[in-house]
Amino acid sequence: MMAPLVELRARARRAREERLGGPRPVILVGTATCGRSAGAMETLAAFREAAASRGVDCALVEVGCMGLCYAEPIVCVTKPSRPTICYGEVTAKRAEEIVEGYLVGEDPLPSYALGAMGGEPPPGIPPLWETPVFQRQVRRTLKNCGFIDPTNIHDYLAQDGYGGLARALEIGPERIIDELKRSGLRGRGGAGFPTWRKWSFCRQAPGEVKYLVCNADEGDPGAFMNRSLLEGDPHAVLEGMLIGGYALGAKTGYIYCRAEYPLALERLRVAIAQAEELGLLGDDVLGTGFSFHVKIKEGAGAFVCGEETALIASIEGRRGMPRPRPPFPAVEGLWGKPTIINNVETLACVSLILRHGAEWFAEHGTAESKGTKTFALVGQVKRPGLIEVPMGITLREMIFDIGGGVLEDRPFKAVQTGGPSGGCIPASMLDTPVDYDSLKAAGSIMGSGGMVVMDDTTCMVDFARYFLDFTQKESCGECVPCRLGTRQMHEILTDLTEGNGRPGDIELLMEIAEAVARGSLCGLGQTAPNPVLTTIRCFRDEYEAHLRDKSCPAGVCKPLFQYRIDESLCKGCRLCQKNCPVEAVVGELKGAHRILVEKCIKCGACFEVCRTGAVVKVPNAEAAALVPAGP
Amino acid sequence: MEQCECLESIFSSYHGSREELIPLLQDVQQHFGYLSDTAMLAIARFTRAPESAVYAVATFYAQFRFTPIGRNRIMVCRGTACHVRGAPRILEAIEEQLGIKEGETTPDLEYSLETVACIGACGLSPCIMVNKKVEAKLTPKKVAKLFGKDGKS
Repeated sequence: MMAPLVELRARARRAREERLGGPRPVILVGTATCGRSAGAMETLAAFREAAASRGVDCALVEVGCMGLCYAEPIVCVTKPSRPTICYGEVTAKRAEEIVEGYLVGEDPLPSYALGAMGGEPPPGIPPLWETPVFQRQVRRTLKNCGFIDPTNIHDYLAQDGYGGLARALEIGPERIIDELKRSGLRGRGGAGFPTWRKWSFCRQAPGEVKYLVCNADEGDPGAFMNRSLLEGDPHAVLEGMLIGGYALGAKTGYIYCRAEYPLALERLRVAIAQAEELGLLGDDVLGTGFSFHVKIKEGAGAFVCGEETALIASIEGRRGMPRPRPPFPAVEGLWGKPTIINNVETLACVSLILRHGAEWFAEHGTAESKGTKTFALVGQVKRPGLIEVPMGITLREMIFDIGGGVLEDRPFKAVQTGGPSGGCIPASMLDTPVDYDSLKAAGSIMGSGGMVVMDDTTCMVDFARYFLDFTQKESCGECVPCRLGTRQMHEILTDLTEGNGRPGDIELLMEIAEAVARGSLCGLGQTAPNPVLTTIRCFRDEYEAHLRDKSCPAGVCKPLFQYRIDESLCKGCRLCQKNCPVEAVVGELKGAHRILVEKCIKCGACFEVCRTGAVVKVPNAEAAALVPAGP
Repeated sequence: MEQCECLESIFSSYHGSREELIPLLQDVQQHFGYLSDTAMLAIARFTRAPESAVYAVATFYAQFRFTPIGRNRIMVCRGTACHVRGAPRILEAIEEQLGIKEGETTPDLEYSLETVACIGACGLSPCIMVNKKVEAKLTPKKVAKLFGKDGKS
């Protein structure tokens, strides 16, 4: 390895040891955006106070997110020569208990522990990596997230950080691209274009000035993989950018990051400053003569800017509107110069591939989709979170093994992958392997990694309407089919959810969908109809019910269902009666209640408060068959 | 006058190139809370671009606003995860509590209510962001507690 890096690494190890201060307990508190929203800052303060008042000498470190959203705030405690114990849902009160029980005393408090790692776990605590949520995961990109201090470059260096860069500088551009080719890495932003091919186009493009852009404009609703990575391990992304800059012959890199991610932006700024200070970024990187500067551009809130030509327009200070390709940005991009735009995760993968080699990376995955992929598993799932799995794992394994299944054990209905550009995959296709080509064959796309689980309380027509509402608002307006077509589809879907559907609406939706997909310049318009088309294909009966029977089987579309009381379950507690704002519930104390349908405004207050589950939603089609409600 | 001096000091760290237009708009909005007519004109002059071109860019992006904003900024997440876990009901509840609709500001300039595509805290849905703090796993009840008219906010 290069001498300057060896020295930096030795310095980093010393700095880390000094900071952690020899044999004293280390407490890692996850304070990424997700942890903070669950109260991690209060937890951190509670640890500091409790340790001070009990005279415990320990190192408190703020780290990124381990990805266990359901168990935030998360804390890892390591006592000298003991295994690390990971605790979940650590409120300020629990923090005090942990200090008292485990730091002052010797009780590792198994009831709060999620698991232990690094050594024989104490009795009653399972090995963390063998718990169901981790067992099927392969954590490579996310390895550091939650375990290193993202605001301290020494932590990253001590974990062999920037080793990929050092190797890249040694082997030279041609072999870097060859390494990527052998690794089989495909773009993690969604489309899955082979990274090496994109890079070699740009490398071969004539011109002295080239640019590398890191696309951190993670706009898909329901996705937060990039945010977590940037907040938990920003240097991994910077290292990937440096390798890219060197391979392409670019001297300037941009990170285009959403303004909605204030913490990620802050962490990036700190990381860039530290890397510059150590000579890893800037002029003459590690004394090799290679220079690379990174600038941050804050997105201003436009989904379409995730599209590469729109992103370029936005960096140039213009309206973020896409332009026709070719010429592709790899040949003619930012200010007309050859430009590579890579997703955050792709760049983090580049660092790993250069550090560990193409063969190591390709150990996991399928023939055409190599490596691991991070996913934001969210929605109606028991253990929502950020996960990393080998490509080729099935949807079932992800949702039921890692995610723990559907909330309240309700029936699984569908999973949406790929955000507004993707599609719904129904229960019958749960055994689909997760890779670029299989998901495409299933009618959806890999996308950047959003995965939203839906149960029987989700109405597919309403869900499609939701996505069209999104794309309709985010359409930049350049292409008429997209601008008007998404709007018209949204209107038809709204009519359906309000009970105003007309015969032929479903066919009309499909017709417009085709026109929008074919008549739009960029990915936004081309894929906007996907949520509609896939839901029609897999759940046509639901569309028919909305259209023909004016009935919403899932009980979501207000005009299309009724609240009723199941008299066999009603205890007559009058709770619903007290909460009803319009006196639509009648009945005596301890006698079965009834809802006066014509008075009911469907606010759902009775449904929320009922403790016995007696208040039920009845789709209009079934309500007609029931005893007529009313006095 | 005061605003002009302030703008001058913001401009002093820029060169006035086209590339800087969006960062400039962001900086000015960060400072004043919104982009006033005066500010827009000053930015146009500074970047030597027609005022219409500056408006063209500013109106394209959701981030920019042209009217004053409330002291507390509420952003309701409309992400997919939040949607399937009840975000529309949360928005309704906030609108009811504050008596304003999405995109509006209370007359006392205390709250502005906006919706955003996704906050990125999907595991904790449904959620909102009040200023920079994320409020997680909301219910209409919690909303009432947060923004209740009994002054507990």
